[in-house]
Amino acid sequence: MSKPMNKTLALPRALSTLAAGMLFGFGLAVSGMVQPEVVLSFLRLSDFGLALVLGGAVLVAILAYKGLPRLLARPVLDDHFHAHPSFWNRDTAIGAALFGVGWGLCGVCPGPAIAGLGTGNLDLLWALAGIALGALVHGLRAK
Amino acid sequence: MSLPHSLFPLGWQHYLLGGTFIGGGAGLLFLMTGRVGGMSTVFTSTWSYVVRRPFFQQPRFTASSRWRLVYAAGLVLGAAIWWLGFTDGTPLGTRVPAWQLLVGGFLVGYGARRSNGCTSGHGVCGMGSLQWPSALAVLTFMATAFLTANLAARWLA
Repeated sequence: MSKPMNKTLALPRALSTLAAGMLFGFGLAVSGMVQPEVVLSFLRLSDFGLALVLGGAVLVAILAYKGLPRLLARPVLDDHFHAHPSFWNRDTAIGAALFGVGWGLCGVCPGPAIAGLGTGNLDLLWALAGIALGALVHGLRAK
Repeated sequence: MSLPHSLFPLGWQHYLLGGTFIGGGAGLLFLMTGRVGGMSTVFTSTWSYVVRRPFFQQPRFTASSRWRLVYAAGLVLGAAIWWLGFTDGTPLGTRVPAWQLLVGGFLVGYGARRSNGCTSGHGVCGMGSLQWPSALAVLTFMATAFLTANLAARWLA
């Protein structure tokens, strides 16, 4: 649970979060991931670009997640680095398999569904609505 | 035809550049706030504003709903900078039919939340923090996505 160090840091934290999201969204747009056709051409093995996008992103993320806690005692605007452990169980497996079926059908995943709106692509509202409904149904069925 | 050109008919530099920005965004969020930010949780955490059921009212959703929305707004702004600054400004569109976007999107939303992560959560953040369950999740959804996309190309085109 994050306990803000100081209420006065709320605005700097919000601005850094916005800036981080902007880098992320710019990357999704530059790399064509906001275009379902580009994602689907990877899944149909006619353009391997997505592997470079994911590979490049993972390399930079490894540097950040593994490197920063060694260099700094805490993040700039909070008192500790968070960890987000992932688990492997039945839900992970079934969820990931269903996610893939949906992704292969539409070529849109959550990040691009949001970022794509910034490119004037209103068709993506269909995918965004689908994702929001899927998340709602998941939460209503979950314990 | 050269090998790079047959693997990457549209060129490869923009893919690597974009990936670096995506990882850089996740890295900047971690550097400044210590947070690990995948994208699919925002859908559940935003529902927590209106759905009172206990599942949605867990602290992990209610405590993160605001910054996740700010992060999502950043995604739209960042993509808009690319659209308005680096293209001719024609709105992008897709030839994927609306029903496929809606049904596919539904499975994407349900599946990502059930598996606790998507291409950014398991892919970038999970693999970026070297967690094997995330790598397994990525292999799983890559496999079913590959099968679905190829069957859909054959049956639905």
